[in-house]
Amino acid sequence: MANPRRTKEEQKVTEAPQNRRDTKKGTGGASSDDAGASAFGMRIENLSAHYGSFKAVTDVSMDIRANKVTALIGPSGCGKSTYIRCLNRMHEVIPGARAEGRVRLGDQDIYARDMDPVRIRRRIGMVFQKPNPFSKSIYENVAWGARINGYKGDMDELVEHSLKQAALWEEVKDKLKKSGYDLSGGQQQRLCIARTLAVEPEVILMDEPASALDPVSTQKIEDTMDQLKQSYTVVIVTHNMQQAARISDYTGFFYIENMGDPGRLWEFDETEKMFSNPDRKETEDYVTGRFG
Amino acid sequence: MTVETRQGQGSGQNLWRESRARNVRERLVRVVLRACAYVSILTTFGIVFVLFGEAFTFFQDVSIVRFLTETQWTAGFATTPEDGEFGIIVLAWATIFSTIIACVVALPIGLGAAIYLSEYASAGLRRWLKPALEILAGVPTIVYGFFALTFVTPFLQGTILPGIQIYNILSASLVMGVMIIPTVASVSEDAIYAVPRGLREGAYALGATKREVATKVVVPAAISGIVASFVLGISRAVGETMIMAVAAGALAQLTVNPLESMQTMTAYIVQVTSGESPRGSLEYETIFAVGATLFVMTLLLNTIAYWFVRRFREVY
Ligand SMILES: Nc1ncnc2c1ncn2[C@@H]1O[C@H](COP(=O)(O)OP(=O)(O)OP(=O)(O)O)[C@@H](O)[C@H]1O
Ligand SMILES: [Mg+2]
Repeated sequence: MANPRRTKEEQKVTEAPQNRRDTKKGTGGASSDDAGASAFGMRIENLSAHYGSFKAVTDVSMDIRANKVTALIGPSGCGKSTYIRCLNRMHEVIPGARAEGRVRLGDQDIYARDMDPVRIRRRIGMVFQKPNPFSKSIYENVAWGARINGYKGDMDELVEHSLKQAALWEEVKDKLKKSGYDLSGGQQQRLCIARTLAVEPEVILMDEPASALDPVSTQKIEDTMDQLKQSYTVVIVTHNMQQAARISDYTGFFYIENMGDPGRLWEFDETEKMFSNPDRKETEDYVTGRFG
Repeated sequence: MTVETRQGQGSGQNLWRESRARNVRERLVRVVLRACAYVSILTTFGIVFVLFGEAFTFFQDVSIVRFLTETQWTAGFATTPEDGEFGIIVLAWATIFSTIIACVVALPIGLGAAIYLSEYASAGLRRWLKPALEILAGVPTIVYGFFALTFVTPFLQGTILPGIQIYNILSASLVMGVMIIPTVASVSEDAIYAVPRGLREGAYALGATKREVATKVVVPAAISGIVASFVLGISRAVGETMIMAVAAGALAQLTVNPLESMQTMTAYIVQVTSGESPRGSLEYETIFAVGATLFVMTLLLNTIAYWFVRRFREVY
């Protein structure tokens, strides 16, 4: 156990994404998926989610491609947040919430009975809509997640690397000991991204990470995103059509047809097609801003 | 602000008169509320004034140096300032000692209960346990006092500590600790519960276990409230009178043996005020000096707490 995490990270940075599957044990390789789906993508089959007796999302199937950005869009209340939480079992933190269906990371079923949600969340990280830094120093905010995950390497280096990846390093390098709360909202959000990266997950889920931010911070996060997909698979919920069009490779449109129905994945395709020539009328109306 | 926006909705004619009537009401409310605030401040000042005034009289007979350096307390036997010893350390140590024992019981258990209630207990259980805890905090302390005297001491005597005296600081302090648990638990639970969901979720999303979330994220985030609850508990222990008077006895001695009787500052004041010593006698004067000391100790404690809470207050 000299230091597998370190090695993994170095490889992440230096190697082409396609080669990454070789560096990880267990998850890679033998997927029988069609050419596009690589080992570290996710495959969701017939996912439904409930809050108590209320069904919020129904029957979603989707392939999330590795090293791509997948955007989820749709009107408010159609279940995007609910759905994205189900992808790393964060819904289990909400009392009364439950999900059915199959969610696979690579070829592992993360809903399997013997799967530990804690381990899963180490591999599928999440950034939330509202920045939620810990009441710790900037340094600790980044280091904490890695430390509880048993990271043994050079912590200073990891913190610096993660902050750089999140485009925050230059702004905070002189005040790492300051509280995370001393940062602006946009900086806090990038801090939250940095702490997620420090755990070195394979997939990063983001629920409207830029919704509360000014254009400059938003721009920084979008730039980050482009960098991130070199090393990670990214899923992002957004209300901003331009943002979805700019940063994503695939787009999923969630929609509720009749009031009171659960949300569905209405259409899912390459972003370019979704924004230029979608198959369904509702999608077109939505992306062109005719409603929602 | 509300007044102004509401005015806009009134019909033209009544607008002016209505707002005047309202202004009078607003002013009245303000005056009443201000009076309430001043009553408590003024009484506090009055008490401090009397306390320190009388204490000053005492210190003209017995110097502050003697008060702080002597190691015995024999005020009850002294007729003149010269033939007695007035070392406050004897009574103060009893207070500190009992507070320490009580806190060893109350702080960890109180905090543990708070963490359990807010992080682990189901919503239904919490709905029952929280009020139950608060009711417990309302049990009169005299009840705890004779519980210590008539149950805990005989129990300890019969089981693990045969050498324990009838009146002893240990039982009294242990029971006092139990008495303080609900206060600590309830106040820290409020603080812990107030930590935003988002913070917990952020930790879960990094692959933290429930224990890590509770102890390493939620508790640090609530630390100012938790410390406030600790100080509240300590203050109650320092000021607790009935349990000490009933179960710890009235032997003013300087010792570290918890199995023996000791007299705390509060218990001493009770003894003197309920005894025969006439107003103006030397013994009677001592209680103001003791009271003033108690006041200073509590003030110090609260100041530290105030500083701490402000220093570490979390802005989520
Ligand atoms: N904790 C909860 N308990 C009960 N119902 C919930 C809960 N969270 C969300 N819901 C319901 O589930 C449905 C989907 O909500 P969700 O938050 O997933 O929508 P969303 O697409 O993320 O909306 P938005 O774009 O406004 O964030 C809504 O009807 C909502 O009221
Ligand atoms: Mg949402």
